[in-house]
Amino acid sequence: MPDGGNPIGEVLVRGTGISVRHGRRTVLHNVDIQVSRGEIVTLIGPNGSGKTTLVRALLELESPESGQVQKTAGITVGYTPQQLAVDRTLPLDVRRFLEMSGVTDPEVLSNILADVGARNVLRQEIRMLSGGEMKRVLLARALLREPDLLVLDEPTANVDVHGQVEFYELIRRIRDERQCGILLVSHDLHLVMSATDRVVCLNGHVCCSGLPGDVSTDPAYLELFGEAASAVAVYAHDHDHHHA
Amino acid sequence: MLMTTTITMPDFVLYALVAGIGVAIVMGATGVFVVWRRMAYFGDTLAHSALLGVAIGFLLGINVNIGIVGVCLTIAIGMVYLRSQRHLAEDTLLGILAHSSLALGLVSVSFVSALRIDLMTYLFGDILSVTPADIGWVYGGGTVALGVLAWLWKDLIAITVHEDLARTEGVNVLRTQIAFMTLFALVIAMAMKIVGILLVTALLIIPAATARRFSRTPEQMAVFAAIAGSLSVALGLQSSLMWDLPSGPAIVVASALIYVVSIALPVRRIA
Repeated sequence: MPDGGNPIGEVLVRGTGISVRHGRRTVLHNVDIQVSRGEIVTLIGPNGSGKTTLVRALLELESPESGQVQKTAGITVGYTPQQLAVDRTLPLDVRRFLEMSGVTDPEVLSNILADVGARNVLRQEIRMLSGGEMKRVLLARALLREPDLLVLDEPTANVDVHGQVEFYELIRRIRDERQCGILLVSHDLHLVMSATDRVVCLNGHVCCSGLPGDVSTDPAYLELFGEAASAVAVYAHDHDHHHA
Repeated sequence: MLMTTTITMPDFVLYALVAGIGVAIVMGATGVFVVWRRMAYFGDTLAHSALLGVAIGFLLGINVNIGIVGVCLTIAIGMVYLRSQRHLAEDTLLGILAHSSLALGLVSVSFVSALRIDLMTYLFGDILSVTPADIGWVYGGGTVALGVLAWLWKDLIAITVHEDLARTEGVNVLRTQIAFMTLFALVIAMAMKIVGILLVTALLIIPAATARRFSRTPEQMAVFAAIAGSLSVALGLQSSLMWDLPSGPAIVVASALIYVVSIALPVRRIA
């Protein structure tokens, strides 16, 4: 609903009629999705609904059986995976991890960490980070590439509610400042609704999609999420306040 | 047994030491990836299949090392393919490949027994029979291996940390994996002469494990693993000469002892 005068720009990535099979199981069937510059699109759906598979298809990590993915030429994609399972035998501190993005200037690295709210972790071993710190460090690595499109797979899993609210605010700020497009995978219904421009509700196929307010009253959505959905108090984000 | 009159002691000891340390350096640097990527069992499988390479080398009348590299590569590629089919769990697949290739190797070797393959030499290594030509092979192959490893290093680390993340950042994952497999096969062919098929994995893993506690970066760990491996070779050779122990196992025992001692050492904490 482009709030606060956030112009929706060019289409960055578009998936048309995407179907994916894993063995005999159809994981995705005829899914359409697109993300444009300046908007936050959130993918919600129950476990096993194909959210991660769709993201992988859009990132061209997995080739769909049918349908196609068009990525605007020349754009940079930043990706944060759901989790990082670094073997404990691999000595790797945050600085080294961030340097793998290609940026090695220590000042830039410190600044980006401060920007995502993870100060003072530069010299820490990556496997010693807390869940929330890890998510922020992953985000920092993606941002170092100065992405046009940011793809975040479950960025708030394992983060407490307070941390989640903060994280969604951070994501909105990144969108506002950098004017990138953001594709978010989540199942925190409540927060997603408040922090998103467009919601795509997935369950193997697209159940419904649109503005958060519309999706939350869509029968298909209510059926899919049942109890959980009715417990969600959707508050439309009227921006008469400022995020600190 | 070792003190024959025709061989002056310094010569064959020197050859063994020089070749052994060459192998240990390459195995240390490669071994860290085996540990980080949890490929210990995979390394075992390749090592087991090496005997089949020996037999094929003899049967075809080609260089045994070429036979080993060829078979290891075939097994490695076969493994990548079978894994993509997702019919069986990975450790089951590796078990099938490891044991059937070892058995096939033993059967094949029996065909060429007329040519007198000394099975024990291949299974447990024979570092004391190293010749100057072997040293040339070890250092030639070792230089190539380290060169390839240096070239792959950044991408390999990226893939080890997160494969999809590396791929979205432009790393050619398949090319890197195939190159690493080739490297791995080369290293195993090299190491076989020294510690033998059955102990190759030990020399890949134990020095790397020893190095872990003292390392703060991946590169440090590789260097420390190379040092720990070299020490193991020197110590193992020494005790093998002193007490007339089988050299390959003695080297592995030495590396295990170094690991145990390293656990007891205090580690300088990061400030």
